[in-house]
Amino acid sequence: MSVKERFERMEYGPAPESAAEALAWLVDQGDRFGHFIDGAFTAPGAGFESRNPANGEVLATISQATQGDVDAAVAAARKAQPGWEKMRGSGRARYLYALARLLQKHARLFAVLETLDNGKPIRESRDIDLPLVQRHFYYHAGMAQLMEEVLPGRAALGVCGQIVPWNFPLLMLAWKVAPALAMGNTVVLKPAEYTSLTALLFADICRQAGLPKGVVNIVTGDGGVGEMIVRSDVDKIAFTGSTAVGRRIREVTAGSGKALTLELGGKSPYIVFDDADLDSAVEGLVDAIWFNQGQVCCAGSRLLVQESVAEAFHAKLRARMEKLRIGDPLDKSIDVGALVDRVQLHRVRDMVAANTAGEVFQAGDVPENGCYYPPTLITGLAPSDPLMQEEIFGPVLASCTFRTPEEAVQLANNTRYGLAATLWSENLNLALDIAPKLAAGVVWVNATNLFDAAAGFGGVRESGFGREGGWEGLAAYTKSISKVSALKHVTPFEGEGGPGGELDRTAKMYIGGKQARPDSGYSRAVRNRSGKLLGHVGQGSRKDVRNAVEAAAGAAGWAKTTGHLRAQILYYIAENLSARAAEFAARIDAMMPGRKGEKEVEASIERLFTYAAWADKYDGQVHGVPIRGVALAMKQPVGLIGALCPDESPLLGLVSVMAPAIAMGNRVVLTASEPYPLAATDFYQILDTSDLPGGVVNILTGAHEDLAAPMAAHLNLDAIWSFSSSDLSAVIEKASAGNLKRTWVNDGKARDWYANDSSEWLAQSTEIQNIWVPYGE
Amino acid sequence: MQTKEMQSTAHLPQLAETRNPGMALDMDWVRAAQANTSAIERRAATLPGRRSVKKDYQAAWLLKAITCIDLTTLAGDDTAERVRRLCAKARQPVAPALLEAMDMDPITVGAVCVYHDMVETAAEALHGTGIPVAAVSTGFPAGLSPFHLRLAEIGESVKAGAAEIDIVISRRHVLSGDWQALYDEMRAFREACGDAHVKAILATGELGSLRNVARASLVCMMAGTDFIKTSTGKESVNATLPVSLVMIRAIRDYQTRTGIKVGYKPAGGISKAKDALVYLSLIKEELGDDWLDPHLFRFGASSLLGDIERQLEHHVSGAYSAGYRHAMG
Repeated sequence: MSVKERFERMEYGPAPESAAEALAWLVDQGDRFGHFIDGAFTAPGAGFESRNPANGEVLATISQATQGDVDAAVAAARKAQPGWEKMRGSGRARYLYALARLLQKHARLFAVLETLDNGKPIRESRDIDLPLVQRHFYYHAGMAQLMEEVLPGRAALGVCGQIVPWNFPLLMLAWKVAPALAMGNTVVLKPAEYTSLTALLFADICRQAGLPKGVVNIVTGDGGVGEMIVRSDVDKIAFTGSTAVGRRIREVTAGSGKALTLELGGKSPYIVFDDADLDSAVEGLVDAIWFNQGQVCCAGSRLLVQESVAEAFHAKLRARMEKLRIGDPLDKSIDVGALVDRVQLHRVRDMVAANTAGEVFQAGDVPENGCYYPPTLITGLAPSDPLMQEEIFGPVLASCTFRTPEEAVQLANNTRYGLAATLWSENLNLALDIAPKLAAGVVWVNATNLFDAAAGFGGVRESGFGREGGWEGLAAYTKSISKVSALKHVTPFEGEGGPGGELDRTAKMYIGGKQARPDSGYSRAVRNRSGKLLGHVGQGSRKDVRNAVEAAAGAAGWAKTTGHLRAQILYYIAENLSARAAEFAARIDAMMPGRKGEKEVEASIERLFTYAAWADKYDGQVHGVPIRGVALAMKQPVGLIGALCPDESPLLGLVSVMAPAIAMGNRVVLTASEPYPLAATDFYQILDTSDLPGGVVNILTGAHEDLAAPMAAHLNLDAIWSFSSSDLSAVIEKASAGNLKRTWVNDGKARDWYANDSSEWLAQSTEIQNIWVPYGE
Repeated sequence: MQTKEMQSTAHLPQLAETRNPGMALDMDWVRAAQANTSAIERRAATLPGRRSVKKDYQAAWLLKAITCIDLTTLAGDDTAERVRRLCAKARQPVAPALLEAMDMDPITVGAVCVYHDMVETAAEALHGTGIPVAAVSTGFPAGLSPFHLRLAEIGESVKAGAAEIDIVISRRHVLSGDWQALYDEMRAFREACGDAHVKAILATGELGSLRNVARASLVCMMAGTDFIKTSTGKESVNATLPVSLVMIRAIRDYQTRTGIKVGYKPAGGISKAKDALVYLSLIKEELGDDWLDPHLFRFGASSLLGDIERQLEHHVSGAYSAGYRHAMG
């Protein structure tokens, strides 16, 4: 075709990015890869082919790791870890800086290789993935430099097993490796089977940076290798991937004492209010659901549009979709590339084909060969339609309308997931009112899919737990340096003695601000060391757990109270406890060996004061993200927390668990000390007289073993903590997999209840929600 | 007078597209217009990375850009000879040898844009070429001369042979929110133009916000303008991609509601071939191929042509070019 004809037709024409350098690199490596263990590549073993999803061509052969490979990688990481940590932050910072620089120097090679391997448009790997990867290493070089100064009392976890997905192969590696190394950990990382190549190139870069052997180890293979890592002798597992696999990892690691962070699926709402800049909101959707072919955990895949503008909005959206260019991911003018694999293509196809609701609109010319799927919009869906609930992980947008802001929040939160949310409105009042009400770890106002190393990323509900990036992300790769000892099981005293002439007092459960008889109808005697009967407590059962959680759920208003109000109530509780200090001290002394009642009551009052003090001071942050705008890291309550209180400190333990939780706006279901429950049951009266709304604190009595599983499995609890001296950590963590609630268990380790360690308690009592608000007129 | 004859051969295809008749001022629509600055800037910033035009395609696009240029001189020291030189360049913007090498027919720029006093000279110089003369008018650039004189100025320029009139709006009407006054002013200007096409210069650098740009764009279109244009070239900020995005989205909305296609002219600050390609891709993406034509799209630019010529020579020869190798205007 002549220039003249092109002049008449004004088409884009091909604009291919050359794959030559990347293919040459593969050839240099022999087109076959071993694992990167202890600073060197192993000889390639039996494995599988890695293909370019855009054309099906084989790029390289990847080795499938054996148990021996995984063990060798973990051993290398274990051996390297003490030296890496002892180098101190300033030493590690230099290596991270070198990695950042090398990633920058080889940016185009990485970008092209990523696109070849994954099928994402070169525009994205070049302009989004690689700059974010570099930024993550620069940012965490800084975190390493500052570690000793800003994180006193924190140390590396040790060896971290990291399993990353195929949608952002190198970026997810960066999110995992950079903070882990910065904090003095060593890593064994497994890239996804479809997309191992950039991780292997990164291994090459680690050698070029002179990184000490064994600090970074990369093993390749399928999910089976992932499971080997999960079961191996590592101190932490960090996983990004599907909710189903995350759940399995939670179950497998239950009770192992391994730290765990999970970044899982999503069905993130994209809310358009009637006063939004509709054209910009349409453009935002391009970046929300057609970015990376929709294979994004935080993709804005559920469009919620206000009824009054829905028709106009959908029309604009369809027109915009017609302009999307689908095809060769290496073409610089392509918007939507190939899905990662045929398996994924068929999955998306089948899900859309199974849908019978709404109206399906598909746009764009889709190449015949390769794993391509057209951008798809399905309007007129209802929340009850599967496509509004299930993660598709493809370029398919499901849409539904709403009438009012309140309804928008209800629809947005009507999901098992809670990763991200987007909202569009030109009204500051509306936007800042709605954002924190959304059950999501990240909220974007008038923007979407903004990421930065300085702002934490991660979800709530079945989208997982833990944050990556920002100050909040460091908690996932550090632990307290305090020494811990084993916790001894405390058994209740037995005996035959009577009550000694005192008037019978029957302690019940404390549910919804009222005393309630145990549903079981059974009670248990509480005796002192000499067997004298001190009273009876109800035998709690799963029904009592149900009732207590229901009461806690009903007290939703507590989360919206001000810190000042919560402080006032905590002070009031302390005041009332102080007024009856002698009585509580006597009760503790009567139940327990030793005469420490007075000291424990005093410490309890102090603890209440501490968290009353914190209630209005545990401030969020404004992260310095590289946009004109702010990322507000808001400290939100976790929600409903169930906790098995410590056995050994019946009052102080209860108060230590309760106070930080309610100070941060959570509602709690507490299980009292099993052997010494009467301090807790006496405490009802203190709560009753302290203006605490009913349902905020609920207390059960009974055998921890009976209550742990129903609490951990309860799908309406957002977190479960256990400080019980019964060996329940494994049971709890396993049962928690149902809704992937946050867990905090003692793994059979003792805690010093007199220690002042608010930071850990406050962190466990809050979720950090990052609200991005770009601004500018 | 050559006016009649010139119009019959002018680039503006009065026959192909229905001229914008305007409509009643719809204040609900105007007030509902929104423009989120950060989001618009993000779109504008990422666009150059999303579209890339290479090789023959790029050459074709650059030639298209030339046909959309309003070759402009608006200097106090303009003389008749200077304007004639410019018109000569307008007739033959690219060296014939280059066009031949690309097997391309002769092209011209979109129009020549001058002050009123130079209209007659330009019209004479362009006689028979089909290249229209555009006159900046209505007290350009500030638009603060007496209203009746501004109307009279339009009439004089049309009489002198201008087929296109670039009017300036009263920025104060926008800044004080007097949309009715802006509408009435624009209506009067449109009527004064008669058959000549009118381009409304919004002077976007002085409107305070992108939302005001969106609203002023809509009001001018409702009042019947044929084109909306960013700037006089005399404001501190002239054409930018974000402003362009806002204005062409307003054009798109206007077409959706009325079926009428209004043209767009970014002016000032576009001097590189690469910028021109980005603008053309922006237009292609947001408005569509119909607008990739001088009937509906113009660049208000003086130095852009030189850079495009150098790029075209590079395309043909494979070697980077020098400015002195191309004829000046």
